[in-house]
Amino acid sequence: MTEMLPPLLPLAVGVPLLLAAVGVALRKKRLARHVISLGTLAGLFGFAVLLVIATGDGTTLVHQVGLWDYGVSIPFVVDALSALVLMIMSVLAIASVLFAMATHEARARFFHPFVLVLMAGVSGALMTGDIFNLFVFIEVMLLPSYGLLAMMGAKLGAHGARIYVSVNLLASTLLLVGIALVYATAGTVNLAELHGAGKDDPAVALAGGVVLTAIAIKAAVVPVHGWLTRTYAMTSPAVTALFSGIHTKVAIYAIYRIYSLLFDGDERFLWVALLITSATMLIGVLGAVGEKTTRSILVFHMISQIGYILIGVGLFTLLGLTAAIFYLLHHMIVKASLFLSTGAIEETYGTGEIDKLGGMLKREPLIAVTFMVAALSLAGLPPFSGFVAKFAIIQATLAESHYWVAAVAVVVSIFTLLSMLKIWTGVFMGPEPDDLQERALTYQQRMHGKRYLRVQAQAETPTLTIGPPTATTSAVLAGKQAVKVPFKLIFPAILLAGITLFFGLGAELLMGWSETAAENLLNPMDYVRAVSGA
Amino acid sequence: MSIAIAVGLLTAAAVYLFMQRGMVRIVLGFVLASHAANLMLFAAGNTAFRGVPYVGSGEVGEQADPLPQAFVLTAIVIAFSITMFMVTLAITTTTDDDTEDVEVSPARLLAADRGDTKDAGFFGLTTESGDIVVEHGEDETGEPWPEKIPGPVTPAETQEGDAR
Repeated sequence: MTEMLPPLLPLAVGVPLLLAAVGVALRKKRLARHVISLGTLAGLFGFAVLLVIATGDGTTLVHQVGLWDYGVSIPFVVDALSALVLMIMSVLAIASVLFAMATHEARARFFHPFVLVLMAGVSGALMTGDIFNLFVFIEVMLLPSYGLLAMMGAKLGAHGARIYVSVNLLASTLLLVGIALVYATAGTVNLAELHGAGKDDPAVALAGGVVLTAIAIKAAVVPVHGWLTRTYAMTSPAVTALFSGIHTKVAIYAIYRIYSLLFDGDERFLWVALLITSATMLIGVLGAVGEKTTRSILVFHMISQIGYILIGVGLFTLLGLTAAIFYLLHHMIVKASLFLSTGAIEETYGTGEIDKLGGMLKREPLIAVTFMVAALSLAGLPPFSGFVAKFAIIQATLAESHYWVAAVAVVVSIFTLLSMLKIWTGVFMGPEPDDLQERALTYQQRMHGKRYLRVQAQAETPTLTIGPPTATTSAVLAGKQAVKVPFKLIFPAILLAGITLFFGLGAELLMGWSETAAENLLNPMDYVRAVSGA
Repeated sequence: MSIAIAVGLLTAAAVYLFMQRGMVRIVLGFVLASHAANLMLFAAGNTAFRGVPYVGSGEVGEQADPLPQAFVLTAIVIAFSITMFMVTLAITTTTDDDTEDVEVSPARLLAADRGDTKDAGFFGLTTESGDIVVEHGEDETGEPWPEKIPGPVTPAETQEGDAR
């Protein structure tokens, strides 16, 4: 099987792209678009599972695209880390798409094609063995994201999209400059050929620093995190959940990959990484204190968690990397689950503001349980995957005698728990606000009313058209239907919460995979040998 | 040397434009910044070699490095497409492109007319006249829809109504 897989690697990029085009062509066939999208994502997940199995023993799969020789070719490389990340990301994409289908966002003609192009970019970015190609695939991933953000940001105007596009374009330009500098100093952009160049040559190290800075902006590491909190809360919960698990995490993957290969885990710069990650953990969690909506609190926590994940770079030991990779995978699942469970409330009751919600424990017990599971996992309580992740991270920092980092990690955990309790007491406990039902109805009216606004763009003088409402709108508006979160909105969050429980109780499995991935990062020579064929 | 000066000038101008409030200026800043990045990519290939980079068309020592040229070509396409998207974001939602102001979009004008000031839509088109066409029909109970036909709104009126 291991011989069969490498030639199929480029298909993980090609097939979603092709089917995205098919999805755009199927203009009037909404059901077909749903089927194509979910089918492709399920296929991608299946493929990723195969890759995880094939790379489970530390094997690195390589395909030289076009069968060019090493040195000329642009290789596709998959090792345990890329396979694992791809597997979890496809699960997240499936959960987010299911949620978007439940909120009817996925009915938009371009929603599914955008998601598929996004996933094509993700597969490419995770598999490529060439930094310039990494830049290209990150752009492939970002372009549909701009569309999704603008499309779904209808509630809050284009401000979020403007900030998001500007910041990402700036980071991409910086990344391009960094790649130019790497090519100028090292003479190649192939990651395998660049192995160790940053350790031996200060000029290459500087160029690599520019590349890492650009990627750090995309990963929202403190002090370049400001854009994240201003954009992720400005779109729909489904898109926030999708982005939270994918964009910043691809950037984190790239940081790990580049530091392992280009810098060969150089120990001279590790303290910088530890300083930055500690600041990221602390500032992220403190930023959440002042926030008033569930989503903006969760977005600030994302920044803090990115700090935890990047501790692995700062330690660069087997234990540290294993813990960090475990944390990365655990975090993607838990965060998306939290965004989706609070998003289900937001989509139904029309607000994510903690002050305007309450009493959800009685009204929506299923969401309450789902949220509790994911929140406790995020804060790091047993028996969920978060406990194993945090415990391993703290153990790894102690093993390297970085006591202050361990102290920061513990303190930040306590603040995380406090923040989660803030959402819990505000949204799920306490009395139910009197105007809850009314607000929900008004919201439904607004959302449904909006859906029947049509813009005729093709006409010579563009006009707005308002059409008749549907049955559901009228029933809800008449107050015949009591507002309640439908199960299809809760299901994606339950699915992800189930996975965190599974990986908490069966941590051995994921820990074993993470350890293989960490060993690959620690011994980049295996990667180089596999790519060069020597 | 000339490339270094050009990169410096372009970057300085780009940074100046980034600091402006108008979205179109910010977009122009990005155009300049991507030019600077492309020039750097070119410089990375050593501009002293200027021969045609085809196999067998000249001496290897004189041929230019084709790789940075391929990079630049790719980067131009990407930067161009994103620039177009940003230009769209600059013009679609507002009557002016000030990034500090809250946008006024047709959907918001419409919402303002309904007395709903919170509904800030992103529909992407400004109607020149401000006229809004209402499609008449029936809802599922057979009642005529809409009950009350919203009258035409002029942008000037509704912006007043939408004052924050």
